[in-house]
Amino acid sequence: MADEKRLSLNRREFFGHLAVGWSLFAAATGGLLALVFRFTFPNVNFEPTMSFTAGLPSDYEKGVDERWKNAYGVWIVKHEGILFALSNICTHLGCVPNWLPGEQKFKCPCHGSGYYVTGVNYEGPAPRPLERFKIVLNSEGKIFVDKTKIYRAEKGEWNNSDSFITV
Amino acid sequence: MRELINKLSDPIFSFPGAMLLYLALLRYYRIFGSKKFAKIALVVILGLVAYFFADPNFFLIITTPDNIPISILFVLVSFFTWLTFHKAAENDKRIEQGLCPIEGTPENREKVWTWPNLVYTELFTIIAGTTFLIVWAILFKAPLEEPANPTWAPNPAKAPWYFLGLQEMLVYFDPWMAGVILPGLIVVGLLAIPFMDTNPKGNGYYTFQERKVAISFFLFGWLVLWLYLILIGTFLRGPNWVFFGPFEYWDLHKVVAENNVNLSEYFWIKGLGVSMPKNILLREIIGIIVTALYFVVGLPVVTKLWGKAFLKSMGQIRYYIFMFLVFSMVSLPIKMFLRWLFQLKYIIAMPEFELNL
Ligand code: FES
Repeated sequence: MADEKRLSLNRREFFGHLAVGWSLFAAATGGLLALVFRFTFPNVNFEPTMSFTAGLPSDYEKGVDERWKNAYGVWIVKHEGILFALSNICTHLGCVPNWLPGEQKFKCPCHGSGYYVTGVNYEGPAPRPLERFKIVLNSEGKIFVDKTKIYRAEKGEWNNSDSFITV
Repeated sequence: MRELINKLSDPIFSFPGAMLLYLALLRYYRIFGSKKFAKIALVVILGLVAYFFADPNFFLIITTPDNIPISILFVLVSFFTWLTFHKAAENDKRIEQGLCPIEGTPENREKVWTWPNLVYTELFTIIAGTTFLIVWAILFKAPLEEPANPTWAPNPAKAPWYFLGLQEMLVYFDPWMAGVILPGLIVVGLLAIPFMDTNPKGNGYYTFQERKVAISFFLFGWLVLWLYLILIGTFLRGPNWVFFGPFEYWDLHKVVAENNVNLSEYFWIKGLGVSMPKNILLREIIGIIVTALYFVVGLPVVTKLWGKAFLKSMGQIRYYIFMFLVFSMVSLPIKMFLRWLFQLKYIIAMPEFELNL
């Protein structure tokens, strides 16, 4: 019969099919990998700037000021004649504590660590006080907070003159 | 009455309570495993559930979609624990009479084909499971929340339900301990069980009598530590991770006086009335000694009192690895009690090196 189909491939055809198959496979894999690679360049990059000017010292009332908390993760605290910038990262496992004005303390919602207004831990599992950031007055007399420089109480760094402003 | 239950569910009472219940369960497992007990318990529990559900605060918490798996978990675990002890009690009785366990009787030794016996069961399980999940997804909402914000945490911030035990552990430990070392030890310990357990008994049949130690230690870790902590973490921890009794309203402003103190402070400031030494090692010396004593003296003492037979049957290496794991496990409740009784924060506190015990 003339139109009887051949049921096997010859060598040349076989390699032809093989080449097409592998090329498609390689292209698909390459495309997927490209997609994965694309993920390393996010559309939106959340990288808040590490330093900011925070107005005049006279802008702040006594106590804890939350105006920079959402933008920079910093509380500006005026307490006993000094002004300092307190980090809002819990030293236990890095949650964000809340300032409870009624009880005059920072309280972490994750495992219940509590801190005094100074940032010193006193309840719950937090092993050390909240960190303070570098805070200085710039040439215009405004507050400048630099989050790249950290002062830790347990290392005795809170005495450093850059860690607070006397008001 | 509700006040009383609120009070009693505070871990300082309920944890020893859970431990006593557990010991009673092991001691009287034959009663616990009887059908009569199951029936009475079911009636009592249903009554209790009705009583608890009548309270609006409790109802709110128990019907939160996130918490429903925990309720299911507790129903299932109770049932299977009962089932195990039921079968174990039956077999133990038979073994005492010199008979073979039920699983070993001729009619139970008969073999069946995978197809259709197993495959059918599996098929039905798959269908039932899928249906269950679909119904679940329709009934309970899991809405998206607002976009993630790194400077804000929900209050209370809760882990997924299966990690709430770990989160509860974190209340008592440094993140390195409760987040890395203890979970690591749990995993390693579970992996090590087949290598440490040299007891050939209980293979293919239920028994308690013949595997007392293995079952008791495992169930202690599972029921009393893991599940109890999940229970506390899910139902009894409210805003700011403060403890709330089952009938209490989750008040954001509940004030709990707590003032945790390190052992070193207890020793130097409150005990000796001097200021803390500058040298870190000297400062923490008491904690270090206590911890060392726990292992160095505790181990031989325990071995002397209870461990001799095991030391012989397991061999030194197995025995000491086993004991190390047990001691680590037991250190968790010990630390919890120290926190409740003495407001102890850390036994060894070296925040300078991120090392706290
Ligand atoms: S992260 Fe704040 S208490 Fe654990």
